Amino acid sequence: MRIRLSIRETRGEFVKRVEEISGQEILACNQCGKCSAGCPAAMAMDLLPSQVIRLVQLGLEEALTSETIWLCASCLTCLSRCPKGVDLPRIMEALRQLVLRKEGDRLELSALPVDFLSEAPQLAIVAGSRKYLS
Amino acid sequence: MRHLYFPGCTLSTKAKGFAASGEASARALGIDLVELSQWNCCGATFPLAMDNLLALVAPTRILLNAQKEGDHLVALCSICYHVLKRTNRLLREEADKREKINLFIEEEYRGEVRVFHLLGLLRDEIGFETLSQRVQKRFQGLKVAPYYGCLLLRPFQEIGLDDPEEPRILDDFLASLGCEVVEFSHKTECCGSYLTMNSSEVTRELSHAILRSALASGAQAVVTSCPLCQFNLDYRQGEMAAHYPGFAQIPVLYFTQLLGIALGIESDTFGLADHHVDPRPLLREV
Repeated sequence: MRIRLSIRETRGEFVKRVEEISGQEILACNQCGKCSAGCPAAMAMDLLPSQVIRLVQLGLEEALTSETIWLCASCLTCLSRCPKGVDLPRIMEALRQLVLRKEGDRLELSALPVDFLSEAPQLAIVAGSRKYLS
Repeated sequence: MRHLYFPGCTLSTKAKGFAASGEASARALGIDLVELSQWNCCGATFPLAMDNLLALVAPTRILLNAQKEGDHLVALCSICYHVLKRTNRLLREEADKREKINLFIEEEYRGEVRVFHLLGLLRDEIGFETLSQRVQKRFQGLKVAPYYGCLLLRPFQEIGLDDPEEPRILDDFLASLGCEVVEFSHKTECCGSYLTMNSSEVTRELSHAILRSALASGAQAVVTSCPLCQFNLDYRQGEMAAHYPGFAQIPVLYFTQLLGIALGIESDTFGLADHHVDPRPLLREV
């Protein structure tokens, strides 16, 4: 696959927004892959966490359409292991926020089974709402 | 000693047994947990977006209310503890955000309150050796898996309760009650957390991996301090059994439930009957 890269994209508006919302410098990641190796949800992801970072480094907005950003549970395992101190959970949050702020909610609470909602602890509902509603 | 206490939403509703067992156990050990007279939900997530200051308002109000009544605040729920501790650090160390939040709430709070988890108090104020001497019913031979999860430990730089990769606090706590603590690979792996709201299969898989690891180590029960972990690990065992024939169910307890029983407190209010996998047969056995 050929990808056309230019400084316009790699230092463009998309990358700038991700860096602003996450507070992280995207080029600090040197792609060692430790985040992906330790991510407990990686088995369900379409792209590995480090691949999502790579897309952002290259200024490619495909990062926003990856399922990976919605399967990150903010467990902070990658953060505690990153040798460069990159706060990857904040980058995942920035990508989720870019989608939520533009496209709206990712969760329909009323569509959840009543049995589940009657059992789920309050903090699951509050946390899910914080993470999936715009 | 009197300690201000923040129960949080879940401990006041779906996890009343966690609250009741924690409060009664603490009292028996001379820790008088006094509930904050005014409190609200902490938000159940620490906001990771740098521009989301609004989500910091709720935990700031809790900390501010605590400051009006004392100088420190105790939580039992791992998530409440995580959110309060991180928010407090931010308010102490990040002046620009603190100013904006204070302007918004029209009060002045600078992160003065100290935030504790009950496990930390048990280790640092009571001491596990002293605790061990106070135990009336030792869980001799009960094999337990100490499950820490994520937010009680990470990020270490901000939480600082224990080593994020090789934690000991829950291991040592359970050993002081006479339990046989098993080593298992998934003690700090994620249960799926809030993915439970829209990715139930992934949550089931993550939680199953934890229970499989605990079971393979010979554990008869898993012990946690997080109501979201407890829910994912306990509630989803029905789906695990349907998906993985031969899956052996295992009770998932709050650390305070075992503490209360070990201290000889009547366990009627501990919510043991509310669990999906009933822990009572196992507890009767030991």
